[in-house]
Amino acid sequence: MTPATMPARHVRPGRSSPLAGFLKATELDTRMLGMVGALLLIWIAFHLLSGGLFLTPRNLWNLSVQSAPVAIMATGMVLVIVTRNIDLSIGSMLGFLGMVMGVTQAELLPRLIGFDHPATWVLTLAIGLALGLLLGALQGFVIAYLGIPSFIVTLGGLLVWRGAAWWVTSGRTVAPLDGTFRLMGGGPEGAIGAAWSWVVGLIACAAVVLSLMNSRAQRKKFHFPLRPMVAEIFLGGVGCALILAAVAIANAYPWPAGSVRRYAEANHIALPADGLFIAHGIAIPVLIAIGVGVAMTFLATRTRFGRYVYAIGGNPEAAELAGVNTRWVIMKVFMLMGLLAAVAGAISIARLNAATNAEGTLAELLVIAAAVIGGTSPLGGIGTVAGAMLGAVLMQSLQSGMVLLGVDTPLQSIVVGAVLVVAVWLDTVYRRRV
Amino acid sequence: MDATRIPLVAMRDVSLAFGGVHAVDRASIDLYDGEVMALVGHNGAGKSTLVKILSGAYQRDDGAIAIRGEAATIANPRDAKKYGIETIYQTLALADNVDTAANLFLGRELRTRWGTLDDVAMEAQARRVMGRLNPHFERFKDPVRALSGGQRQSVAIARAILFNAQILIMDEPTAALGPQETAQVGELIRKLKADGLGIFLISHDIHDVFDLADRICVMKNGRVVGTASTADVTKDDVLGMIILGKCPPAAVPGPGAMAVA
Repeated sequence: MTPATMPARHVRPGRSSPLAGFLKATELDTRMLGMVGALLLIWIAFHLLSGGLFLTPRNLWNLSVQSAPVAIMATGMVLVIVTRNIDLSIGSMLGFLGMVMGVTQAELLPRLIGFDHPATWVLTLAIGLALGLLLGALQGFVIAYLGIPSFIVTLGGLLVWRGAAWWVTSGRTVAPLDGTFRLMGGGPEGAIGAAWSWVVGLIACAAVVLSLMNSRAQRKKFHFPLRPMVAEIFLGGVGCALILAAVAIANAYPWPAGSVRRYAEANHIALPADGLFIAHGIAIPVLIAIGVGVAMTFLATRTRFGRYVYAIGGNPEAAELAGVNTRWVIMKVFMLMGLLAAVAGAISIARLNAATNAEGTLAELLVIAAAVIGGTSPLGGIGTVAGAMLGAVLMQSLQSGMVLLGVDTPLQSIVVGAVLVVAVWLDTVYRRRV
Repeated sequence: MDATRIPLVAMRDVSLAFGGVHAVDRASIDLYDGEVMALVGHNGAGKSTLVKILSGAYQRDDGAIAIRGEAATIANPRDAKKYGIETIYQTLALADNVDTAANLFLGRELRTRWGTLDDVAMEAQARRVMGRLNPHFERFKDPVRALSGGQRQSVAIARAILFNAQILIMDEPTAALGPQETAQVGELIRKLKADGLGIFLISHDIHDVFDLADRICVMKNGRVVGTASTADVTKDDVLGMIILGKCPPAAVPGPGAMAVA
């Protein structure tokens, strides 16, 4: 069916700059690179302004732990926003789920199975996750099957779950929490230590290299254009270097003297005169966040569910006509959001070692901001999980840095709000140019 | 037409109303394999609605559909696809934010043995089918919104022919195309006709209709005015049917035909 009259179109290779050539060879997303660049700029700026306090292992480690809950929820919010919906209720849901998990481990389970039972944390987490899934399913059902706009349903949810959080204990804070459960919040015991951190780092490096090799093999199989070998080696090398550098930073943050002393006494180790260096390693909440990020990226890019989420965001009518069960997909998106709120809630109360009914207040706004700064279009159809997690780190870096500089809390809010608007404006300009 | 041949599609007395508006009113139409049946009429005549009933996008209120002589239940687009009915919608129904292969396989993705999306296999098939329609098309990784109108139309057409359609519905397939691309679509239709497909063609271009179609069915205000072979009627006859509802002697009149005094 080749029309004889159509001339062969020759694409004249234009003279592109070295940067453009580099980007084309490695196939890196310029927007993501821009965001990483902005993050580095912010880090360096704060480091200089604070007199060398920002880029220290201690601060970066704390930053990673503080970013974890928002980053976890942002991965789910990306999918919600991509389908042209919004979830304003997750902060309140986090508070309610946190209260339920707190009461479960501090009051309910001790009555049933006794204090300090090894299974307490598992049961608590399971109950929290199941409840999160249920609440998400309820909101998702009302949105998808009853056709009420998600803005309204989740606005109602914001009020309902916050009230419910108070109602669990009539406002009373629940503390302390189970010892094992607390590990999910970070702190010296809530980290995996130097050796295991290297193991995790090496596994991650292996995963990067294997994934590059696999994608190259797949392309060869179907005779698709390949990335230049140099680019592949560069990507693999830089990826591994970054991973190992991150692990090294986590391992450079030592336990506080008090914890070291207690550990030495408990394990009958003689303490040398200048103290023992026990590295924190990667924090458990950070590991959870990374795990969630990997799982959500897989879900979004390699499963049918993820494909349908993006298709619905691009053209809901087209998805319907293609036979996609759009209502069930949207309900599942909100169920996922509820599940992630439960995970973030567990980490939040574990860090605090207490469950309060104010936990998570206004968290949804931070999560939405993180997703949008990370490249999710507020109009739907566009967004990546990795970008949202980077957005969460960026926002937390801003707040962290300002605290370090002693900026007043009201001024912090002003700055964060302004940065959000500027970031989205830059994104709009970028999209128009490209 | 051989009277003993079983029609590929037979829609009898199909009706659909949206509130008080009778979008389709006791419409009957049939389609044989290896033929192109054109569906023409003014805007709002019910042509798109009638074929959307066949493609599963709408559910009829009344009437019967038979595919190859057997009663067919088409409750949603998936059911229609099972009967081998593929549709190229007027609005193209493409998801703008994903790429060509994703659109071609939307709802029918190929999966690896671990259950993940087999993007590589889907792209390979996409290249093959797009190569038949548009050999110079290379932008497989770009989201469909970045393609030109003609390229988007090619994607919509490719999607319809990718899954071995037996009944093809084309709703204004050349509306957004230039003369060269329109000629390509015309060639494709002739080729598919030769392959034995039955094609419903909705078009406002009367020249295209007479060029490509074997039979023509005119609708007016939701009712069928008449059906005729394109060889037996002139363009003026057809215009008379569209505008006045006046059924010429060579056409079989339907419920919408003007009553003969």
